[in-house]
Amino acid sequence: MSLEFSDKTKKTIDKIIARYPQKEAALLPVLHVIQKEFGQISEEEEILAASLLGISQVKVREVVSFYTMFNRKAVGKYHIQVCSNLTCTLMGAANILNFIEEKLGIKPGETTSDKRFTLSTVECLGACEQAPSMMVNFDYHGHLDKEKINEILDNLE
Amino acid sequence: MKEKVLSEHFSIDNFFKLDVYLKHNGYQAVKKALTELNPEKILKEAKAANLRGRGGAGFPAGVKWGFVPQNGDKPKYMCVNADEGEPGTIKDRYIMTHNPHLLLEGIIISSYCVGINTAYIYIRGEYENIALRLETAIDEAFQKGFLGKDILGSGFDLDITIHRGAGAYICGEETALLESLEGKRGNPRLKPPFPASIGLFQCPTVINNVETLANIPSIILKGAEWFCALGLPNDGGTRIFGVSGMVKNPGIYELPVGTNLKDLIFKYAGGMKEGKKLKAVIPGGMSSPILKADEIDITMDSDTLMKADSMIGSGAVIVLDEDTSILDVLTIITKFYSHESCGQCTPCRIGNSWIKKIVTRISRGEGKDGDIDNIARLASNMVGKTLCPLGDAAAMPILSIVKKFRDELETSIK
Ligand SMILES: Cc1cc2nc3c(=O)[nH]c(=O)nc-3n(C[C@H](O)[C@H](O)[C@H](O)COP(=O)(O)O)c2cc1C
Ligand code: SF4
Repeated sequence: MSLEFSDKTKKTIDKIIARYPQKEAALLPVLHVIQKEFGQISEEEEILAASLLGISQVKVREVVSFYTMFNRKAVGKYHIQVCSNLTCTLMGAANILNFIEEKLGIKPGETTSDKRFTLSTVECLGACEQAPSMMVNFDYHGHLDKEKINEILDNLE
Repeated sequence: MKEKVLSEHFSIDNFFKLDVYLKHNGYQAVKKALTELNPEKILKEAKAANLRGRGGAGFPAGVKWGFVPQNGDKPKYMCVNADEGEPGTIKDRYIMTHNPHLLLEGIIISSYCVGINTAYIYIRGEYENIALRLETAIDEAFQKGFLGKDILGSGFDLDITIHRGAGAYICGEETALLESLEGKRGNPRLKPPFPASIGLFQCPTVINNVETLANIPSIILKGAEWFCALGLPNDGGTRIFGVSGMVKNPGIYELPVGTNLKDLIFKYAGGMKEGKKLKAVIPGGMSSPILKADEIDITMDSDTLMKADSMIGSGAVIVLDEDTSILDVLTIITKFYSHESCGQCTPCRIGNSWIKKIVTRISRGEGKDGDIDNIARLASNMVGKTLCPLGDAAAMPILSIVKKFRDELETSIK
């Protein structure tokens, strides 16, 4: 079964492609849209992106595998990304990560069995003044401690 | 109070909205540039302002624009570097969040100056919410006629597109950014040719950092002389320093270029957290060589830091206190660069991953005699031998740590 977009998404993609003099240049933005719609960039999504832009699937694969934000497998409803770079580590990122691991019962790279949370460690998020920090999907959270993490994670829908 | 160019209005509610921005002199610089000045005059002013690039390399913006050939028939492009990947760096996020129209004004004026009709803002993928805010700002500017066709009746057209990256530090390097914008892996290109002549889609291209461009409107309104007087004669203006780590008040501080680093930490950022002693400072993002506590009585400008064998880079100051283990710092640095090397050049790909292996082994308590020398040797072998500056950006901080903290590192081995 091949993937289908909603009409609205189709329009968004057409608009994106029109912004570039070469179709292929729209690959990253198109992959972002596809990932938002289908939750991952696996083989099927690669084929879709390739056909939209008139390039080969292997070209899409080359790009997808280069960038850390494209998920080859679906992540949970909430993707928690804990910064493990310098300032955050100075400010206690390791404890933050341990606490989340224990709370959710997963290690970085894993997803909870109910598919609610995926945990990752990432390089600098650009929020060093609020270290230690993390992202939950695209929301930034800083000045983390145990209470704050409980508050954030327990109040998610 | 020191004069602020970029952050003066950050605390005004809804300043990111066009109607509020317009109430505070918004788009006056664009008006002046497009209706009273011509491109030659703008270029002259930009050059005279000695505005050094805020992205890392400190190259004068006006000089860079002057390199773009003006007689070709190819389109020219502007790429705004909003990748903000250098660890410690937070400033562009503040500018884009609180003052997006200032950035747009800077893009419009510089594009007009160079004769560019298409601009892309390459923003790191994680900043999705900021990308949305910028998109709204662009829509607002279009509606008011500050973007699009025949801006303010000047005959000048400009279109701006937001392009989101997808998590790769190397895409902040300007030629990797171009590859990424063309829909490819972010593998840096060999230079020359420089982007000014052959850049995006093989066309002449200007690449500037967000903060660099956000300075342009004030230079247009108040003049190059004022700008130089604000900072230093050959390194004008202010910088938004981002201070993080073991200080009382981490955050951004917009201060004149040439502000003393010691003052930045002890006067502005409140000094050390919990009264601890300062151990060392990384003055310009993780790629900049480390300074020991007794080396920080120094002014923050491109030339002075270069003389001190470091670099002002992105102006991101990371403060380490006496409890910080240098081995931990080295571990994080090497983990980062081995993860972010694009892998095209052997010294960078293999060098970084070997250094990481050795440092990780030392951290496990399994260090051996000669390890530190090997780290230094591997790092030295990267310097100047790679396609893009990431090789140096990894080697220089590692070498500075080995040189300045050798004793401490050796004790982790014994
Ligand atoms: C590995 C590497 C990463 C870089 N990352 C960034 C970045 O995130 N943002 C940025 O503006 N410049 C970055 N730069 C510097 C750019 O290559 C380029 O010099 C800069 O965008 C030019 O703009 P400017 O002259 O206004 O500073 C990076 C350079 C290297 C070598
Ligand atoms: S120096 Fe490193 S990051 Fe730069 S091109 Fe070579 S391998 Fe890639």
